[in-house]
Amino acid sequence: MNIDFSSQIQYIVALLPEVLLTVWAMLILLVDVFQKEDRSEPSSPAIAWLTLLGLLLAGAANLWLLTLREATPTGVIALDGFRVFTNFLFLLAGVLFVLISTRYLEEERLRLGELYVLMLLSTVGMMLFAGTRDLMLIFLGLELLSVPIYVLTGANRRSRLSAEGAIKYFLLGAFSSAFFLFGIALVYGGARTTNLTLVAQAIGVDGLRANPLVTIGMALLAVGFGFKVAAVPFHMWTPDAYEGAPAPVTAFMAASVKAAAFAAFLRVFLTAFPGLYDTWGRMVFWLAILTMVVANLTALVEPNVKRMLAYSSIAHAGYLLVALASASVIGAASFLFYLVIYTLMTIGAFAVMVAVAGRGEEWLDIESYSGLGWRQPLLGVVMTIFLLSLAGFPFTGGFIGKVFILRAAVEKGMNWLAVILVLTSLVSYWYYLRVAWYMWFREAPAGAPQPVRTPRAMTAALVAAAILVVALGVAPGGLLRAAQDGASALLQAPAACTYGRSPARGGGAGADVCHLTPRRPLG
Amino acid sequence: MLEAYAPILVLLAISVLNAVGMVVASHFLGPIRPTPVKRSPYESGITPLGDTRERFSVKFYMVAILFIVFDLETVFLIPWAVSFRTLGLFGFVEMLIFIAVLVVGFVYAWKKGALQWE
Repeated sequence: MNIDFSSQIQYIVALLPEVLLTVWAMLILLVDVFQKEDRSEPSSPAIAWLTLLGLLLAGAANLWLLTLREATPTGVIALDGFRVFTNFLFLLAGVLFVLISTRYLEEERLRLGELYVLMLLSTVGMMLFAGTRDLMLIFLGLELLSVPIYVLTGANRRSRLSAEGAIKYFLLGAFSSAFFLFGIALVYGGARTTNLTLVAQAIGVDGLRANPLVTIGMALLAVGFGFKVAAVPFHMWTPDAYEGAPAPVTAFMAASVKAAAFAAFLRVFLTAFPGLYDTWGRMVFWLAILTMVVANLTALVEPNVKRMLAYSSIAHAGYLLVALASASVIGAASFLFYLVIYTLMTIGAFAVMVAVAGRGEEWLDIESYSGLGWRQPLLGVVMTIFLLSLAGFPFTGGFIGKVFILRAAVEKGMNWLAVILVLTSLVSYWYYLRVAWYMWFREAPAGAPQPVRTPRAMTAALVAAAILVVALGVAPGGLLRAAQDGASALLQAPAACTYGRSPARGGGAGADVCHLTPRRPLG
Repeated sequence: MLEAYAPILVLLAISVLNAVGMVVASHFLGPIRPTPVKRSPYESGITPLGDTRERFSVKFYMVAILFIVFDLETVFLIPWAVSFRTLGLFGFVEMLIFIAVLVVGFVYAWKKGALQWE
């Protein structure tokens, strides 16, 4: 099917997974509120299965998107391999979140139904954030992604820490959204369009036609993205928000929200600002260095495993920024590949943390992991796999992902970034392996909950994630090819429409933005 | 181009001078003889009771939030109704979807007891 956005139906077709997920979320909201006799009654576990079903349906719809073809590369809603790839990633993170969180939410007496609805809506926001080509829609996606996450962070109303994290995250998030919006306004002021492809044309290949407004706007957009991906120096909220949020929500935030922000970062900067690479390449270069160094050094001295994993996720943002800075097909492919691995291992490690933390999240200290490996070999082994992969040990996905990122950086001639990536990874071995060391070479502390209980759904998710992490480390071929397809879709120069081409008549309003008349010269 | 804004600047300067001048002048020129009655927040009003920073029920916020939802609905509905003919079937369906989404939220809030005062 050819999509040219000539009629309204085509928008719905192009947005099928998102529409489906939104409708499903509203359905769950109603089912949840109607199946209870009394308001104080907890939601039934069936809600969790219903949520999973919705995510799977959206996955099927996403697969179906592959049969669509776009008429122009300027369509507001992207229909490329990149969008399908990232959509699958967000859905996968959603499925893992449901699997690891059900028991926890029930035990903590949190409202299952509402939280899953918020998670679904946030996933829709992520899909819009990373899958659209218009800055206004991207902003809409950003807000739709963020607002439910603010609520999820403060979901545990009985915990002061949760409230503190939520209010911090909300205030700083709103602040960064303002930066982002101001950036959009300036880019629009300079380029006179919010469509990413058309912005790129207005800037020109070499950036010489760029208005200073566009450059400043781009920098402000980078601030907004930097906040969402928690790059140093915009990371201050991260440890507090991650520590305060209910543990499964932290896993979801660290994996999904960050992946979405990164995917959108990549799409916006590679599609709209390739001509300004000289400017933003250097900016991302320094962001990457700062992020890798500061996060890894801070994580070294962090005894609380939840906070340690928060810093670890900041450090991984640094590695991903290296891939972004290299801005090539191989860079973008390694970026997508690493995002998948990162999602799997981060959610995995956080899930083990959820299990160990126990009721009321009492056991967050590294001491709680003492002897876990011998007491519960399965949990110990999967946690060790996740930790090794996070550190970048050979034969795990994390290693292969880092090797690809290194290759991309070296090919672009950014040897310094490569060197710092390797050095900081070596540093990170210390704090990851410390947890593993406690698990296998320490005696269990007195009074620790024994054994740590893991519900069946969580065990299944953990084992599946661990197997995938190892399998992708040994045989990365298939995923890498998919990542390359997604990446090249993003980096293809829009040959079909060139700047200043004569307007073609026909088609509905906003149907074919490619053929608009040349814009008035600036100034 | 900037010269066009000069009168505005002059106006701004005059109004600021005027405002500051009046306050300063009354401070220096006016006789000040305070009495307890004169110093109370509302000189000829009711004597304030208790602290202003009082906690009040969360129900007020619920009503306020629900009000915003329907307020926004009106904001969309009125322009839509005015240009109903030009928008045609598309606009009609679009508005139906918009209202359907709001109704879902409303039903949820109702069922949840957000409209119950007791």
